[in-house]
Amino acid sequence: MKRSIRRGERAESVIEAAIRVSGVASIVLVLLIFVFVLREGLPLFREYSFVKFLTERGWQPTLSPPTGPWFGLLPNLWGSFLVTAGAVVLAVPLAVGAAVCLAEVAPRGLRDLLKPSIELLATVPSVAIGFVGAAAINPLVKDLFNLDTGKSALAGSIMLAFMAIPTIVTISDDALSAVPKTFRDGSLALGATKWQGISRVVFPAAGPGIIAAIMLGIGRAIGETMVVIMVTGNAGVLPDKGLWHAFTHSVRTITGTIGAEALEVGYGDAHYRALFMLGVVLFLITFALNFVADLALNRRGRRALQ
Amino acid sequence: MRAKSIRFLAVAATAAVVLAGCSSSKQDGGAGSGDKRTLIVKGSDTMVQLAQAWAEEFMKKHPDIMVTVTGGGSNTGIAALMNNGTDICNSSRAIKEEELASAKQKGIDVQEFVVAQDALSVVVHPDNPISELTLAQLKDIYTGKITNWSAVGGPDQRIVLNSRETSSGTYVFFQEHVLGKGVPFADNTMLQPATSQIVQTVAQDKGGIGYVGLGYVTDKVKSLRLKKDDASPAVEGTIENVLNGAYPLARPLYEYTAGAPSGVAQQWLDWVRGPEGQEIVKRLDFVPIK
Repeated sequence: MKRSIRRGERAESVIEAAIRVSGVASIVLVLLIFVFVLREGLPLFREYSFVKFLTERGWQPTLSPPTGPWFGLLPNLWGSFLVTAGAVVLAVPLAVGAAVCLAEVAPRGLRDLLKPSIELLATVPSVAIGFVGAAAINPLVKDLFNLDTGKSALAGSIMLAFMAIPTIVTISDDALSAVPKTFRDGSLALGATKWQGISRVVFPAAGPGIIAAIMLGIGRAIGETMVVIMVTGNAGVLPDKGLWHAFTHSVRTITGTIGAEALEVGYGDAHYRALFMLGVVLFLITFALNFVADLALNRRGRRALQ
Repeated sequence: MRAKSIRFLAVAATAAVVLAGCSSSKQDGGAGSGDKRTLIVKGSDTMVQLAQAWAEEFMKKHPDIMVTVTGGGSNTGIAALMNNGTDICNSSRAIKEEELASAKQKGIDVQEFVVAQDALSVVVHPDNPISELTLAQLKDIYTGKITNWSAVGGPDQRIVLNSRETSSGTYVFFQEHVLGKGVPFADNTMLQPATSQIVQTVAQDKGGIGYVGLGYVTDKVKSLRLKKDDASPAVEGTIENVLNGAYPLARPLYEYTAGAPSGVAQQWLDWVRGPEGQEIVKRLDFVPIK
């Protein structure tokens, strides 16, 4: 008897240690990746000035000296920002609306049909989505807004929104469904209408989950590579004629640049290092996004408990 | 990139079939160990389809030889040649002085062979009334000095610039032969990941312009006649005009070896430059060597 308890304790401590190791392992892994990317990227500044990396307005890595090469962070950063922001603006209202509809409004039969179909969207490979974008969305955007070419940040945003929507819908729906039924009953009992109940009771209660869903959606959008390479045109331009002009013209994203050039670059040369520095910047952005999301989640969570 | 790896898989699969097919009929490879002899061909993306077509025919003729073809770009190929990563390097540009120098330092005597020729067509939307440009006009268009078709006698329509990605040999060739060394592209030049994307974009956009290999022109776009300068005649991009040297945007395609080729590599180079290899060059819309 005593022995079996001791054996149980021993087994438990082994399992505990294993769990602790796997928990720490993911942190170590992320750190190792970051250190590796940084180590490959930083030597860039031995042959290319840090200030130029931050201020150069062009990206032309094969331009011969003395004019080039140009390794400008700005056009890449701007492109990533514009395409992602556009995708968020397009995707969030649609996706959160769809989630509310699924969780609160749709009858059971409709919900059972809609949810799997929306989740199916997430399984479409990104090359296929990029192909559809290049063949169908580019000409559509061009004709709709009377542009010279449909290859634009806008087309990229539309395709990325399309890719982020399933993630946001599914996780928001889970968050909404997790709100206890008593909340809804309570608000109805107090004489609130169904809409008042959704907007003032259920929705705020599911808030942190919905924010997490949106953050994951943004994460998917900013990291996407194949689609943006195929539909945004990849011209590294900085805006000079206003936001709408920039949005309806070609941009070059960080992921697009890395995706198009990383496999073909000479190992260890300045171009190779510059691509890794872009990787460092991308890493810092996603890290900051996650950190902010975490902060928001915690604060909201604590307030809801009080 | 994915298309490339699919093509690579296809080659690997054919290679596997060939391998399985001749495993029973053990051939004597001379003084060798009896193993299948292999040849690795690597480099230019422009040449990858051509090299694969060569490899298929060559392996049919020589079932005891296994040829592996991969792309990656001319730069990748030349780097691989220096590091003993390939037997034959495909390159759509001539090797640079610096590269030759660093090869010499490593004790590698790089040998150059012209195996085919390539010509770039400048394409526009089929509705565009422009039918010819001088190289100087082309340069002004791609550096952003000219931004409207009306400046070269066309309609009042903004020009939409298309180019290949910076890693492409075609990009480097165009930059050096049209813009000039060290002259940047206009910053609103769109860099397309594949030639097919350039054709697609130019076919969609009325103001579009792009450059593609001679073999990639389809009837959805219009190919322009080019003039070396104002005085010279406008020349259509055809095989004859590349061969007689009249077409201004043509280039040789190379294969390089580290040291004088011997054995399988020698066999390959002789065959590729012979009548059978050059027939395949024509079939894939490249231009044969004289």
